[in-house]
Order: sequence, then C-alpha cells, then structure tokens
Amino acid sequence: MPSLKQMSANPELLAPGHRACAGCAAPAILRQALHVSGPDTVVGFATGCMEVSTTIYPYTAWKVPYVHCAFENSASTIAGAEAAYQVLKRRGRIPADKKINFIAFGGDGGTYDIGFQALSGAMERGHDMLYICYDNNAYMNTGIQRSSATPRGASTNTSPAGRAVPGKQQDRKDLTACMVAHNIPYVAQASVSNHMDFMRKVEKALAVEGPSFINILQPCHRGWRYKPEDSIKLAQLAVDSLYWPIFEVENGKWKINYKPKEPIPVADWFKEQGRFRHILKDDPEGVIEWHQEQTDRRWKELLQREAASQED
Amino acid sequence: MSNKLLNWREMPIGGMVVRAGNSEEYETGSWRTYRPVHVEERCIHCLRCWILCPDSAIKVEDGKMVGFDLDHCKGCGICAAECPPKCHAIEMKLDSECEDEASA
Amino acid sequence: MAELVGLTGNEAGAEALKDVNPDVAAVFPITPQTELMHQFSSYVNDGEVDTELVPVESEHSAQSACFGSAASGARTVTATSSQGLMLMAEICYITAGTRLPVVMPVVNRALSGPINIHCDHSDAMGCRDSGWIQIYSENAQEVYDNTIQAFRIGEHKDVLLPVMSCLDGFILSHTMESVEVIGREAVQGFVGEYDPAFSLLDTQSPISIGPLHLTDYYFECKRQEVEAMENARQVILDVGKEYGELTGRGYGFFEEYRLDDAEVAIVALGSTCGTAKAAADQARENGVKAGVLKLRVFRPFPGDQIAEVISRMGAVAVMDRAISFGLQGGPLFNEVRSFANGRCPNLINYVYGLGGRDINATEIESIFHELEKIKDSGQPGELYRYIGLRE
Repeated sequence: MPSLKQMSANPELLAPGHRACAGCAAPAILRQALHVSGPDTVVGFATGCMEVSTTIYPYTAWKVPYVHCAFENSASTIAGAEAAYQVLKRRGRIPADKKINFIAFGGDGGTYDIGFQALSGAMERGHDMLYICYDNNAYMNTGIQRSSATPRGASTNTSPAGRAVPGKQQDRKDLTACMVAHNIPYVAQASVSNHMDFMRKVEKALAVEGPSFINILQPCHRGWRYKPEDSIKLAQLAVDSLYWPIFEVENGKWKINYKPKEPIPVADWFKEQGRFRHILKDDPEGVIEWHQEQTDRRWKELLQREAASQED
Repeated sequence: MSNKLLNWREMPIGGMVVRAGNSEEYETGSWRTYRPVHVEERCIHCLRCWILCPDSAIKVEDGKMVGFDLDHCKGCGICAAECPPKCHAIEMKLDSECEDEASA
Repeated sequence: MAELVGLTGNEAGAEALKDVNPDVAAVFPITPQTELMHQFSSYVNDGEVDTELVPVESEHSAQSACFGSAASGARTVTATSSQGLMLMAEICYITAGTRLPVVMPVVNRALSGPINIHCDHSDAMGCRDSGWIQIYSENAQEVYDNTIQAFRIGEHKDVLLPVMSCLDGFILSHTMESVEVIGREAVQGFVGEYDPAFSLLDTQSPISIGPLHLTDYYFECKRQEVEAMENARQVILDVGKEYGELTGRGYGFFEEYRLDDAEVAIVALGSTCGTAKAAADQARENGVKAGVLKLRVFRPFPGDQIAEVISRMGAVAVMDRAISFGLQGGPLFNEVRSFANGRCPNLINYVYGLGGRDINATEIESIFHELEKIKDSGQPGELYRYIGLRE
C-alpha cells in the first residue's frame, strides 16, 4: 500500500461541502476507502447519515459513481450493479479489461438490522463486491435510536436511561462473526482510529475475488455524547479496551491486527461517553462488570481462533 | 453557490446529480466557531491530519501539509486533537479572533 | 420466424424474455409467477440466453438488484405476484422515480389477509400510483406480445419508466394456449440494442443516483415523472402499431369488441374479457346489443378515449377484480367514472372474482341483461354491486 505522502497526490474523490456534523469522522472513512479503491469505483449507500449528508440535491460530494436506493438494500442494489458489470463485460459493452470496484456502505441500522437480509443474500451469492458497515452503535441519522449494534446499558432515545429501565437491556449482535459464518473470502473488523490498518483491509478486500465485508467502528459524538474533536480518540479507546478488537479473517484464517500491550478497562472507555453516564453513577445490575467479563471472554476466544488458524 | 432553482424541464431526469463533486460549491466554513491554525515550524508533515480530516479540508502540496481549506473546514478540531502530541502543530483559535486571514 | 406453439401464460412470458435475452434477471419464487422464472432460469442454464441471473433472497432484493442493474445501464427484468409485489412496492416507486425502465411480468394474485394464491388484481392495483406503466393481457398470446412491447415502451427516451406486464394468475399463467411466437431474430430486431440514458458504470462521467431531494426540488422531480407517463401514451400507440406491422397483431389502449352498434357494454381487464366476449355474443343472440371494452393499458389511463366510447352506450358496467375499501367499488370503476364525468349516466360497477372466484359467461350475460333494463328505465339503481358473492 502506498504511503500517505504518495496518496496525497491522488485526486480527492469525496469533495468537501458535504453536510456531515462537524467532528463526524465517517467521511474520513469514505475518503480513506476511495484513496485505496480509486476512481473506477461504484459506491452504493444505504439511507443514513452519510447518504443524506453527501448528496443533498442539487449537490453531491461524490466524484465516483454513487447510488442510493433505500435503507435496507445497499447490498442488493450494489449486487445488481455488479451483475450488470459482469454481463456487460461479457457482452463487450464495456471493455473486458476494465476493472471496477463495487463498494456498498451502510450504517449499523442499515446493516445489522434492516439491511441484514439483503447483505446476507448478496454475500451468499458471491458477488464481487465489498460491503463496509460504519458502525456507530445506533440509528444516528433519525436521532439516536437503539440498534442491534448498541451495547448493553447505553442510553438511546428508544432505550433511554429511565427510572425503571436503565438503558438498553440487550447486548450487541456480533455482526462480524455472522459474516465470517458466511464463509466469504475476506471479513475484517476495523476502527476509524487505525486508518492505515483500515486502508490495508480495503485493499485486501478489493483484491479478493468474490464478496468481502469490513465492519468499522465509527464513534458518533451526538449519540455517544463526547466532544466532537475526540472521535478518533473514542475509537482508539474502544480498541485499547479490547471492546472492539481489530482483526481479519482471510479464507477462514483469523488474525488479530493489533494487540494492545496494556489493555485498558472497558470502564475507561465508558467514562468518556455520556450515553453510559447513568450506569457509571449507579450500576445496580453490574452492567459494567458484565461488559468487562464479556470483553475478556471474547478476546480469549479471538486469541484461541488466531492460535488455531496458525496451527493449520 | 447559485441560488437559482431549476424548473422541472431544466433538471436532469430521475433526480440525479450529474456534476460530480459539486458540493464543493457549498461552503460549510460558515459553520465554524473555532478554526485550526497551522504552526508550520512544529509540523513534521506526517499527514495524519490530512487522512483524518472528514471535510477534505487539509491542503497538501508535494506531500507537505500547507494549510486549510477554510471555505469548507467546519472547525471540528479533529486535526488539532490528532496531531502528534510531540508536535502540536495545529492549534484551535476562535474564528472571530482571526479576522486577518481569509475567512469563509 | 413465426411459429405456433402451445404455451401457458407463464411460459409465454418466459418465451418473450428469452427472445429479448435481457442483460440481467433477478429471480425469486412466488405462486403463481414461479414457473415463469423457472422457465427463464432453464433458458439461462441451458445456454439459450446469456443473461446474468441474480437469484435473490426476497422480492425486495429482486427489485433492488433490478434498480442497481438498470442504473448501471443494463436491460433488466424480474417477475412477481401478490405479496411479492407488495414486498417490493417500496422499491417499485424508487425504480420509477429514478426513471429506470425495468420490465416485470406481474402474475396477478389476491393479497393476503387471509392468504389466497388465486387471481385478482389487488396486487397490481395496489401499485397503480407507483409510476409504473401497466399493461394487461387477455390470453397467453397477449402476454408474449405485451411483454416484448414493454421493452420498447419503457426504454423510449421520452418515457424511461418501468413497465408491468400483467397476466391473470392461474387463469392465464397455468393454462396452455396456442401462441404464435416470432423468434429471437424478429424480437431482437424489434426491441433493438439497448442504449441506456445513463450508467453508473461510466466512471469517466460519474453521476450520483438517488440523492436527497428536499422541499426545493422533490416536487419538480415528480412533475418530470408525470410528463414521462404522459409521453408514454403516444409511444404505446406507436409501438403497438409497429408491432402490428411486424406480426399482424396490432395493439392500442383497448380493444373494442362489438361496440360499433352496442347499446350496453362491459369494461374489464385481463382474462375476464375473453369470457365477456362470449357472453356478449350470447346476449346478442338473446336480443341485447352487447359489447366489451377490453382495457389493455391501465397506466397511463386512457380515460378520455374510454369516455368517448362509453358515452355512446345506454348503460355500462365496469368490472373490477379488486376493491377499494371505504371508497366502495373498485379502482377501475372509479377511474372510468372520473373521466365519464356524466357523459355516461348509467354507469355501474361490479366487483367480482376476488381470490380467484370464478366468473362464467352466464353470469356476465346476466349483467348485460341488467344493463339493458337500466338503459330502458334510465334508473341505474345500486351503483356498487358484487357478482359471484354469497350474500
């Protein structure tokens, strides 16, 4: 992969002037992915923050072909575009040597929840496409509602920290593991705090033949309640606490891409976020302790999977 | 930014936008309260600010960070927060106190 | 080369798609459409077409894949019925609004609540304002002919709208009839090479499809869609005429059966028109000057042309195989009545055949006799009626 210095000579494929919140790092994810995939890329988007903010008519921030259809069908829409590409190449209507990358994006609402079926179908059918989920842990575009990516205990507008029920009662779905279970050639978990790692993963994902999936953690200062300039820091804390380990599964082989020398307690990550304020103050259900146990257990499992992959 | 709204006969069909990247005409610099200021002598040109800027607002020439696109910089402060601590080459200042420089 | 073959309605639809050899087909099963795409899938796997088959996991993804494919400049098809159409309905609106000329046979079936697999028009009627052109067929021959014409109509540069080629579930889809097919070469010659208006795959001139329209532009976008649907009127007539020159089977907005000297008439859609023609013959033998207006094109709705014909009649019954709760009567009746605008005072509505309830020639003949009475008395009586229902 080229260095940042080399990349900086590339044309910028996401124009400024989009309307993402100040301090939202999600557009940086888009820029980074495009710096790797280049101008011959078709981007699809699920309805959500990035879809809305990058394409408010008559403006578009996209300098590559872009398509948005609805909330739940980013994967099937891009699957259709990829099918068109295959047949038009076969029929000589586009040059046989013209390589086009297909990247479908969705937030966690559009991917873990409403778009889960379309994603599963597209991956199973083997389209040559990359799906990138930018996971900000809730439906942020509609105003912070719980999704199946929201951690247990977090306060959202549909799981508020109330007097009777202290925030979300269920823990998040392990979507990355669900995608690994699809036995596709490449699955990775990434974080906006580790941009070189993410870009290397995009490069790998685009290089494989067939479907690939990357789940990237993308803090939202509106929903998580922290200062806008801390978006990268909050992602780093999630990685350093092992709550959000970054790893990849290449043809079934697991590899952890970053092992913090001294992992921090999950509580240290929680402390920086207003959405956990209520349980930090008073936690009769022991949610924080429970999270630490879950995180430790998952990390152990991850280490075991990596070790098992190395034995093969 | 043009304020003239197109009528239905003038618009491309299907609601699409045909001028790629024309959001550049929409200046989000006016959102800003604080602005980043580049302290050139402390900068090591690692380009961390550039790759992390959500608004494509870090100007780079020949691999060197040369300033900000203040027409679009929203003043979020990610560049200053993520500038390596040993350099601290970007400082956030109240936009209203920076009248001497070109402002969005 | 034209050839007479025995085909069910589903097979006739698949045969048309085979001869068109579209770029992309999204397939998903639902009764009674299933066999149409079974047939087409075997054409793909037997190498008779080189269409890219996308065997999706739902109708929602079928229409979504069609959206992505058509936006990428590919000639794109799918097919569905009933609940499947309802599941994809959200995307159907977007396909039309984005001006993507997808072609979709819709094998009409009742909507659930309770579940029923048999024919009525509730599914397509539920999407009547989705921005799709809707063409209905009376028999398997028309399924073949209309499905071929759908490509030329939808893809016309003044139109660029998706088209539903509707056929009655089971009654047409599963009944074998004699169909004249014109073969790959003639069909290819008729539909021509696909020249898309725009494509996502053109990375040299990138476009953004599906941006957010706010209060300042959405309305204008819808107005463009109105214009496209209006333009479709002439295109439908031109394509129907040209198809007639090729095959000897020309098509318009509707067929007039024995209406020249008719005094009473029935307006209907789909396979019922065949039964109604037989009933009209029977009624004429029994002294009633009966005729049938077989409506082919429901969207765009040829209301003025229908009104002009029925205003010559003494009494007219509009037959609806769908119902509009709370408005009473069916959608076809309400559309016809809004155009008749008093020009046909003795206009009544029959809702019939919901959930596949059979309607026979004797029942339809009784309607002609009822119309004769209304014509003579000048008293239309009950406006909204049912036939074939146990009261």
